[in-house]
Amino acid sequence: MRAFALTLIASLAAGVSAAAQEQTITLKPGPGLDKVQTNCSSCHSLAYIPMNSPFLNAAGWNGEVTKMIKAMGAPIGDDDAKAIVDYLAKNYGV
Amino acid sequence: MFTRRTLLSAAGAGAALAGSSFALPKLFEAEAAGVPLSPGVPAGVASIARLETLPGKKPLIKLADRAPNYEAPLDYFRTPITPNEEFFVRYHLSNIPEVDAKTYKIAVGGDGANGQATLTLDDLKAMPAYEVVAVNQCSGNRRGLSNPHVAGVEWGYGAMGCARWKGARLKDVLDKVGLKKEAIEVAFNGADGPVLDATPDFIKSLPVWKATDESTLVAYEMNGAPLPHFNGFPARLIAPGWTGTYWMKHLISVTALTKPQGGFWMNPAYRIPVGKFPVVAHFLSQENATSTPITEMVVNSLITSHADGAKVKAGKVTVSGLAWDAGYGIRSVEVSTDGGKTWSAASLGNDLGRYAFRPWSFELNAKRGNNTVMANATNAIGQTQTATLIWNPAGYHNNVMQSVTLVAG
Repeated sequence: MRAFALTLIASLAAGVSAAAQEQTITLKPGPGLDKVQTNCSSCHSLAYIPMNSPFLNAAGWNGEVTKMIKAMGAPIGDDDAKAIVDYLAKNYGV
Repeated sequence: MFTRRTLLSAAGAGAALAGSSFALPKLFEAEAAGVPLSPGVPAGVASIARLETLPGKKPLIKLADRAPNYEAPLDYFRTPITPNEEFFVRYHLSNIPEVDAKTYKIAVGGDGANGQATLTLDDLKAMPAYEVVAVNQCSGNRRGLSNPHVAGVEWGYGAMGCARWKGARLKDVLDKVGLKKEAIEVAFNGADGPVLDATPDFIKSLPVWKATDESTLVAYEMNGAPLPHFNGFPARLIAPGWTGTYWMKHLISVTALTKPQGGFWMNPAYRIPVGKFPVVAHFLSQENATSTPITEMVVNSLITSHADGAKVKAGKVTVSGLAWDAGYGIRSVEVSTDGGKTWSAASLGNDLGRYAFRPWSFELNAKRGNNTVMANATNAIGQTQTATLIWNPAGYHNNVMQSVTLVAG
């Protein structure tokens, strides 16, 4: 039973890892999408983007991206940050 | 993402294992329309929300899986105790370890303590045990219903639950090291952490008066069972009456402080505008001229027997639900069937304690067509729900009276 349990644990550990089971979030195509995918998804699911739509304007999305950089320590350069805000405002903003 | 303990107990169940529903998470890639979302959440929620079964859980409404945030559908709130497998899941940060109960330790100390101690799970269980039935509600429960909408996890009604928690008093844990008279706050950290070192770890504090309240526990049991992994195994803080942000999961440190705890999660996060809500409990060492930490829950209720738009038979219909507050106790729940013009008292059900969900029910005579039903709870100090939203930037403390339409045929 012990060996069986350990084998089971190993196989389940592989099967239920976050990467294997994580829901694939397909965002709208558009300029800047690659920057969003690269930068945002390293720390959190992209589900948070459509979840928070559509009610933020460009200033609102800028505030969210700035919070991720300044408060959450996301290592996003100025050019990428601008591309991300533009993408979010255009595709998930009002 | 599952606990070894759960798996081993499943393995012990032998034949049941092969068909066990929790062994692999079931992804219900249901049409968004099939997910029972609360009316009023942002339109985008439907595009990503799914019913999903985490290990050890029944299907919950997944808003996101990293960090994991899952709320309970309305029909899980038909009993005043929320079963462990139906309890909502809420994390800020994505790095969530499986905690091994055998090596688990809580470090107790800080500059506001006279000494230091390390407690194992066995140490905790050897201390005098206490139980409290208490509602754990996310500060941002119903954020998604804010109008105008505000950014954050767009919760509907289901980021809450009520359980019977058993554990040691935090006061007794603090007595192991002794509090200095200069101590003003007690801070808590959990085993979960950020993906990036640069991201602030989720650390919260309570004022000493709340930390040493006899109902504030370090709980290792939830409804008579070990805490589920996703609800803080092996031990978490229970701060009855206060919102979930203080209920640190996977608790690994208890730190007495002579100065206010800093950090993003104390300020600017989890703040309400000063003077905006009728709360009694204040966290004065953290208050400034404009904002103050969210503390106790506002009085609230939820109609749980029927979803908005539910079809019923014309005639007698029993509408029921839950009411709760910060622990002053529910004095009454009133129901209106005429859009709030007149109100009638509902029957209150079993009282499981002042911090618990209080069930209520009301029999109405449904006419053919649309029947609106509203509920309003009043607590023992006379506080009631609000008719209109007290809007605030973080979307906290939404206790607007619900209006549910029953369609009678």
